[in-house]
Amino acid sequence: MKKHPTPMLDQLEQGPWPSFVSGIKRLRDEHRDERIAGVANSLLGQLEHSYETRKGYWKGGTVSVYGYGGGIIPRFSEVGAEYPESKEFHTLRVQPPAGNYYTTDVLRNLAESWEKWGSGLVTFHGQTGNIMFIGASSENTQHFFDEINDYGFDLGGAGPCVRTAQSCVGAARCEQSCANEHKIHRRLVNNFTDDVHRPALPYKFKFKISGCPNDCMNSIERADFAVIGTWRDDMKVDQDEVKAYVARKGRKYVIDNVVTRCPTNALSLNDDDTLAVDNKSCVRCMHCLNVMPACLSPGDDKGVSILIGGKRTLKIGDLFGTVVVPFMKLETEEDYERLVEIAEETIDFFSENALEHERVGEMIERIGLVNFLEGIGLEVDPNMIAHPRESSYVRMDGWDEEVEKWFARNARSSDAAD
Amino acid sequence: MAIERRMPIESGCPDGFQYMHPTMMRNFGQWKYHTHPKVGVLCHVAESGEKIWTVRAGTQRILDVFTLRKLCDIGDRYADGHVRFTIRSNIEFMVDDEAKVEPLIEALESEGFVVGGTQNSVAFISHTQGWLHCDIPGTDASGVVKALMDELVDEFKRAEMPNRVHITTSCCQINCGGQGDIAINIQHTKPPKINHSLVANVCERPAVVARCPVAAIRPAMVNGKPTLEVDEKKCICCGACYPPCPPMQINDPEHSKLAIWVGGNHSNARSKPSFQKLVAAGIPNNPPRWPEVTRIVKKILGAYKEDAKDWERVNDWIDRIGWPRFFELTELPFTKFHIDNWRGSRKSLNASSHLRF
Repeated sequence: MKKHPTPMLDQLEQGPWPSFVSGIKRLRDEHRDERIAGVANSLLGQLEHSYETRKGYWKGGTVSVYGYGGGIIPRFSEVGAEYPESKEFHTLRVQPPAGNYYTTDVLRNLAESWEKWGSGLVTFHGQTGNIMFIGASSENTQHFFDEINDYGFDLGGAGPCVRTAQSCVGAARCEQSCANEHKIHRRLVNNFTDDVHRPALPYKFKFKISGCPNDCMNSIERADFAVIGTWRDDMKVDQDEVKAYVARKGRKYVIDNVVTRCPTNALSLNDDDTLAVDNKSCVRCMHCLNVMPACLSPGDDKGVSILIGGKRTLKIGDLFGTVVVPFMKLETEEDYERLVEIAEETIDFFSENALEHERVGEMIERIGLVNFLEGIGLEVDPNMIAHPRESSYVRMDGWDEEVEKWFARNARSSDAAD
Repeated sequence: MAIERRMPIESGCPDGFQYMHPTMMRNFGQWKYHTHPKVGVLCHVAESGEKIWTVRAGTQRILDVFTLRKLCDIGDRYADGHVRFTIRSNIEFMVDDEAKVEPLIEALESEGFVVGGTQNSVAFISHTQGWLHCDIPGTDASGVVKALMDELVDEFKRAEMPNRVHITTSCCQINCGGQGDIAINIQHTKPPKINHSLVANVCERPAVVARCPVAAIRPAMVNGKPTLEVDEKKCICCGACYPPCPPMQINDPEHSKLAIWVGGNHSNARSKPSFQKLVAAGIPNNPPRWPEVTRIVKKILGAYKEDAKDWERVNDWIDRIGWPRFFELTELPFTKFHIDNWRGSRKSLNASSHLRF
C-alpha cells in the first residue's frame, strides 16, 4: 500500500492529549484486514487534502437500510478518484442504551461487528446522542445494521424526524435525581419509533431528559421537548451536616458561596449555624444542593417539568424551551401514559401546523404560546412566564370567561387536594 | 432470483439496565450524596451505605477499534467491566471498591488517557465532525480540539477553575457543538459563491429561498438556465442556504473565519440558562494547530480563573463584573459587531444608567 503523506496531520500527533490522527494511523498500519487499512489510508489522504486546502470534500446523498427512511448519514467523496477506498464513507447513527451504559462485552461485540463491515472508527457519542459508526460503504451499511440489530441495537433519527433522545446518569448514580430518567427516555422515544425511522415531520424533534434542574443534558437549550426532574415540597436539610459543614468551611464561606448566591434570597444562616430555607421562594435552581450535597437534598414530592421549544440559531435565532407543564407526578402507569400523550399531542400539532424546516419553538414563536397550549389541551399557568404582558395591544373582551375558568380550575385542584 | 430482504426489528432505544453496574442497579434512586476524592474521581454514597467510585478519562473521541478494545481491556482488568460515556464523550469506569481506584488510574494514564474532567475543571471540549465527515464544514473541529486540549490538559487534570468550564467547537454556524462557557465557531464573512450551472439540477429552489433568514435569495435566470441569486447587500453570510443547495458554496479558505463566544450555560443553578455572546471574531482558520484560537481562549480562561469567585460560571462572572471590565481584562477589542442589531435585539441594550467605569 502506498501511504498518503500527511505532514499537516502529523503535527496533531504531538502533545499530551490522545490523538485521533494516531488512531486512524493505527488502523492503517496495524490492522490485519487490508480493507480497513486501505480505508484508513484513503481517509487520511482526503483529510490531509482538506487541511491543505481548508475545504471539506464530502457530499450527502441517499442511503438507507431496507424498511427505514433515515438513520444513515450518507457521505460520498468529491475527490474519490484520488482517495478511492473511502469514497463511500457513510455514518450509521445508532441509539445508545438509555443513560449511555455499556458493559465491556457489548462494546467488544460492537467493535467486532464494525470491524467486519465498517472503517473501525466510532464515536461515543455524537452531539445528538447517537453512537456514530463513521465510515461504511453503501453495501456494508445494510450488513452492519442487520448484524447489530439482531443483538438489540436500532438506528437513531436523521432528517426531519423524531431524533435519538438523551438522558443523564440520573437515578443510577446521582443523589440529585428526581425522576426515573431511563424510563422516561425509553417510554417517550420508543413510542415514536415510526417517526424516528421514517422522516415525515416538518423538521427535527428532540427529546432530552435531565433528572434535576442542573440539566446536564442541556435540554432547555437543545431539546424541542425537555423533561426535567424537580420537587414541589420542602428541600431536605440535615442540620447536623450543615453545622459540621459550617464548622469545616467557616461562616464566611457559607454566607459568600451559599446564602448570598441564592437567586431568590431564600436562604439564611442562623446564629446556631443551622440553615433556614424559605421553601415558598425557592426556585429549585440547585446551587445550594450542588455546594452542600451531603447537607441538602431534593424533597420527597418529586415529579417533572416539561419545557418545549429549545433550539439553536437557524432560522430566527436561539430559543430556550419554555415551561408548558410546571409540574406533573410520574409514579403510576397513568402518569407515564399522560406524559406520552402530551408528547403525542405536541408532535401531532407540530406536524400539522409547522412550516417546512420550522422547529416547534419557531412555530410557537410564530403562532404564540397560548394558541399552542390550546392546540394541545394544556391550561395556562403563571409558572409559564417570566412576567405578564407589557403591551396593551390585545383584544380582551373574553376576560370574564377566562377568569371563570381560572377559578373553576383552582376549585377543582383544591377539591383534589382535600 | 429475488433477494431475500430482512425486515428491521424496530427495537428503538435499548434498556440501559442490562449494562448497568450491579451496585448502581441495587441503589437506583437511593443515592444520598457524593464526594470528590480527587480530580477525575467521584465517590457516590447510597442510603444503604454502599459506595460506587467513578473514574473519568478523556479520550480522542473518534475512537479506532484498537483504542476501544484497550479501554475494554482496562475495564476488565482494573475495573468491573461496566462503563459509560458522558455527554462530553469522556469514558467513565465504575468500581465498587476504593482499592481499585488507584490501579485503574495508573492503567489509564500509562496507556495515554487523561484522568480528570470532574467538578471545577476545564471539561473535555464537545465538538462536531468537521472535515473528517461533515458535508458542510468550514473547519475541522477534531483538530481544533486536539490542539486546544494539548494546551489545556493541565486544567482538565487540576480542577482549579472557579467552577466548571464547558468549551465547545462547531464547524459552521448551525453550532452542533452547542452552547458553551466558551464556544469556538466558524463565522463566514462573504456571501456564497454560486455555481449557476448546477443549481437547477441539484437544489429545490423554493425551499432554498424559504431557508434564508433575511430573504436575500431570489430566483433568477443565468445563461438561460434557472438558478438563484443572492442580494449581497442583505446577505448575512450565515450559510443556511448551503446545506439544501451545495452549489451555493459558503466555505472559503480565506474568508471563513473563527469567532469566539462566551457565557453559554445550560444549568439552572443560580441564574436561568443563558446563551453564549460574541466576544472575538475574524480569527484565521489556521490548520493544523490553530494557534490564534488557543491564544484567545487561554487569555479568557486566565482572566476568569484570576478574577471570578468560587462557583461563578463564566456567565455569572461577567454578570457581576460587567462587559466593559470583561473586555478590559481579556484585552479583546470591542467593536460595532458586538452590538446586536436585529429587530429583537433591544433587550440586549442597556436601558438604564447602570454604568461601570
